[in-house]
Amino acid sequence: MSLRGPNPAARVTRSLLMLVVAIIFAMPLVWMAATSIKPESQAMSQGLSLLPDPVTSAPSQAMENYEAVLEDPTVDFPLYMRNTIVVVALGVFGCVISSVVVAYGLARVPMPGRKPLIVITIGTMLIPFPVLMAPLFMLYAKLGWIGTFLPLYAQFWLGNAFSIFLLHQFFKSLPKELDEAASIDGCSHWQTFRHIALPLSRNALAVVVLLHFTYMWNDFLAPLVFIVDREQFTLMLGLQLYQSKAGQTPWNLLMAASTMTVLPVLVVFVLTNRLFTRSSLSGSVKG
Amino acid sequence: MSAAGRSRFAGLLWVSPWLVGLCVFFLAPMGLGAYYSMTNYSMLEPPLWVGLDNYTSLLKDDVFKQAVLNTIIYAAFVIPLSVVLALAIAGLLDVDSRLSRLVRVLVFTPTVVPLVASAMIWLWLFNGDHGLINAFLHMIGISGPNWLGERGFAMGALVIMALWSIGQPVVIYLAALQDVPRELYEAGQLDGMGPIRRFVHVAMPSIAPAVFFNVIIQTITAWQVFAAPYIMTEGGPDRSTYFYSHYLYDNAFLFQRMGYASAMAWVQLMLIAVCILAIYAVTRKLWSTDT
Repeated sequence: MSLRGPNPAARVTRSLLMLVVAIIFAMPLVWMAATSIKPESQAMSQGLSLLPDPVTSAPSQAMENYEAVLEDPTVDFPLYMRNTIVVVALGVFGCVISSVVVAYGLARVPMPGRKPLIVITIGTMLIPFPVLMAPLFMLYAKLGWIGTFLPLYAQFWLGNAFSIFLLHQFFKSLPKELDEAASIDGCSHWQTFRHIALPLSRNALAVVVLLHFTYMWNDFLAPLVFIVDREQFTLMLGLQLYQSKAGQTPWNLLMAASTMTVLPVLVVFVLTNRLFTRSSLSGSVKG
Repeated sequence: MSAAGRSRFAGLLWVSPWLVGLCVFFLAPMGLGAYYSMTNYSMLEPPLWVGLDNYTSLLKDDVFKQAVLNTIIYAAFVIPLSVVLALAIAGLLDVDSRLSRLVRVLVFTPTVVPLVASAMIWLWLFNGDHGLINAFLHMIGISGPNWLGERGFAMGALVIMALWSIGQPVVIYLAALQDVPRELYEAGQLDGMGPIRRFVHVAMPSIAPAVFFNVIIQTITAWQVFAAPYIMTEGGPDRSTYFYSHYLYDNAFLFQRMGYASAMAWVQLMLIAVCILAIYAVTRKLWSTDT
């Protein structure tokens, strides 16, 4: 509204520009999906058509490509899909349970050293994973965790900085009168949390689940570093293996495999995009 | 023990999982890393104390210098370009219409696409012979390069790919723009300011903190860029897209030089801290001269 041009011409220009932006940003994903339903020869030809020729061959060609990916003898996508689901489910579950308790404690229960702990928590978000990965590998090797899924999810059972931060912001925003009333009624902190704060935090928890799910589903570097056994590959490792394996992977099949790994996150995102965009703001609100 | 004392400890009980997590998964690895950075350690034999040798070797390591330089070049393109582009898109989308809401979703979508899948998509788009980008360039009469196989173009391709996922800054700038008082725009308009001047003079002051926040985040992200070059160029051609985190990874897990990699990790942390402090100092200076 603020920058709306004074005349209809400006409004039309703006709409056209928005369309151009939309096309540019959507194009890579559209092209991925388009390539994934073409026969190899057509994927390689320089045409800009989104559908295979003849158009009626699209469903059968799609079936053929996706089946070829799923039944590849060297890259076991169904297994990697199951591995990913197990790891992500364990990680997200642990992350939510522990982060919500820690966040409530930080926001609502008096304790010594609360402020420094919050600062340290935010500080750990600024430490990139590459800084920690070499010593973490040695640590996990000592613990005997290499060769298991534990390095991918165990740490989240003790909380995750970003989730704690988000939930802490939420619990802090609840009115003080809430716990005062509860404590007059004789509720302990735990009872207040369990019966009052937790039911109120349903939306905030949904955001944490979404963000942590996306983060873990998409993660590449941690599995690359900690997973050594091909039987334990995640989807992202599988996709990379599929691309780099001996003998060129045909582009149409590579795009079909990519589409399969993107689809779950994309579906979740489309269904919940409002939560996503709003949560990316909460990170920026400081002070 | 007094009741107050007990409740103080009760508070610590609430955060105890995270205290343990911080110790085991942050403090311990950082401490271990500091120790191993002063040793030669291949993980097969016990670590051998070498003092600061790893750090002095870094200064003489040409590959290390190249990786630092590449990372800085990458950041020097990605960060300013993404600030300008994200601001422009946010300004464009700062209207209340159905189209604008749809475009916002489309612009944000790439940020949820896994990096590995993005890498595959852009590998295909940038393909020299069959890629969509060169097909498009061909249509307008330009013969496109072999993007990922040529020095300079490979870096350019990675920068373009990074700009595809600027949804986060766009959303943050949009929210900041919506906080700009409407009357100020109208006043600017009455003073005969065009839309671009109004954007710079009226909107910029209120979105400056959001820009600062994003530049910091993107600086940290630039130091850890890994997946895209690892998959798309393997650091090439001629190490022209060989970045800091990639070299760290190779030292740790390819060359089995855990000590050297640990030294690189600590240096990386220092470099990030220096960058953040520098950005902070520059912003403060700009701020104080501005107002």
